[in-house]
Amino acid sequence: MTALPHPAPPPATVPRARRSRRQLTPWLFLAPGLLMFSVYVIIPIFQSIWVSFHDWDGLGAMRWIGLANYSELWWDEAFYTSLKNNIIWLALYLLAVPAGLMIALFLNQTVRGIRIYKSLFFFPFVISQVVVGLIFSWFYAPGFGLFYALIEWVTGTGVALLADERYVTYGIIAAGLWPQIAYCMILYLTGLNAVAPDQIEAARLDGAKGWRMLWHVVLPQLRPATFIAVVVTVIGALRSFDLVSIMTSGGPFGSSRVLSYYMYEQALSEYGYRMGYGAAIAVVLFGIMMIFISGFIWKMWRDEKGA
Amino acid sequence: MFPRPIQTMSPAAQRTYKIVLPIMLILWLLPLLGVAMTSVRPSGDLAAGNYFGIPSRLAFENYADVFRNSPLAQYLWNSFRITIPVMFGAVALSCLTGFALAVYKFRLSLLVFFMFVAGNFVPFQILMVPVRDLTVDLGLYNTITGLALFHIAFQTGFCTLFMRNFIKALPRELIEAARVEGVTEWQIFWHIVLPLVRPAIAALSVLVFTFIWNDYFWAMVLTTGASTQPVTAGLNSLNGQWIAAWHLVSAGSILAALPPVLMFFMMQRHFIAGLTLGAVK
Repeated sequence: MTALPHPAPPPATVPRARRSRRQLTPWLFLAPGLLMFSVYVIIPIFQSIWVSFHDWDGLGAMRWIGLANYSELWWDEAFYTSLKNNIIWLALYLLAVPAGLMIALFLNQTVRGIRIYKSLFFFPFVISQVVVGLIFSWFYAPGFGLFYALIEWVTGTGVALLADERYVTYGIIAAGLWPQIAYCMILYLTGLNAVAPDQIEAARLDGAKGWRMLWHVVLPQLRPATFIAVVVTVIGALRSFDLVSIMTSGGPFGSSRVLSYYMYEQALSEYGYRMGYGAAIAVVLFGIMMIFISGFIWKMWRDEKGA
Repeated sequence: MFPRPIQTMSPAAQRTYKIVLPIMLILWLLPLLGVAMTSVRPSGDLAAGNYFGIPSRLAFENYADVFRNSPLAQYLWNSFRITIPVMFGAVALSCLTGFALAVYKFRLSLLVFFMFVAGNFVPFQILMVPVRDLTVDLGLYNTITGLALFHIAFQTGFCTLFMRNFIKALPRELIEAARVEGVTEWQIFWHIVLPLVRPAIAALSVLVFTFIWNDYFWAMVLTTGASTQPVTAGLNSLNGQWIAAWHLVSAGSILAALPPVLMFFMMQRHFIAGLTLGAVK
């Protein structure tokens, strides 16, 4: 319990006051950050769970209704649409990981100007999702958009992607993949930089190349990059809100809602201020997310102990 | 190096690579290029059905129009007023927390650390109702301060993760030597550790700038109206007003995207170092 990394047993002569001050020091450094983080992040999680057992409009008194919000969710068609869309998001969003790897492999060369190419490929990630949403809204817009025109040119009839219940979620996910692939690409480019050249050479002498080399020699060395890419992609997929809000507001007929957007709609929009019901949706989303978060934390904890 | 350096391949392969590279880039950035081009297309072109051809002239007046006929300048200004204090606040707090968690060994150290890490990943919606309520109670609803306070608190999670790992990698001998000399803990923090974490401060500053500038959800939850909303939320409402006026939407989008893009190109090394933290063992 001393501040030193290789704790020498505290000599008996150290005054008691000084020792307890040593123990207090880290908490003094932690205090401001920990206070802010608790008030705005940790405590609200529990408050939300509490609110989810109530009927509340955000202004008046809260009325305890037990599990009624959750049993309403159970029969709520819109909830299942959102949940289904979240699963589609998660599955397709993970394509960003292999796609990012492919682009990284393509760009991992040393030709003239390659640094600028790498930055420009990374570009979409820097732009806000609101702008990405608007860019793709234009891209898909009937009559105006490049994508619409391309489809019309190829098939003869254009498809109003964002107004079609069948395609709308895929259209939004494609917009989301654009910056996400860029992010995964930069993770892999950094990872590839650190791949041990001697191992590659040794494998090459053994006759490994192409896919086999990638799978057996390179990918194992890229594991840290893959881990982070999967973490940020899963979190990104479950957090998707901005694009849905900007591109379709959940429409047409609520077919592109995801849980995060449906929650917002229930708690803070013209549908009425149903804070309790919204909180219940948030708790479900939080529960799904916690499965993944616990996994990540468990792995980080293990690495930390091993280190 | 993997894949094999292109220089070791046939001249034909090298030539192909040099041709394919720019083509791939153009395809990759096609939506963005389209919007950039639309933003300088005169509205007459759109009316005449010239959506994809060369613009009949470069209509930079679209940008002037956006500033004249909408509160976009105010929105951009609000974004700066939110983003810059958050940058300072979150980085300052995390220097302290990161130092505490990296330098001292105490029983709850790992637990506190993982609390910061886990909190950083939670869905925003689980915080929304209580945070909005708290902000209203503090009298800070629809103020820049209210939004900035939340952002500072939330970003402290990610920044602490970053700072703690960065400080942990510093040579410990420096700190121990100072202790032996009788330097106080605060002086160790201020005179020894802080100068060494300058690269981390730079990386975090650009990252936080980008994250906060691009935030949309909290702006929608905690602010309303042009006097406080940042440009992301502002663009959303302008998009509602400018239905199908794509030359204006495009110009507004480009303007909103510009500050983080400039930040990225100026501080590229730090930006990527921050984002790829942990991608290499």
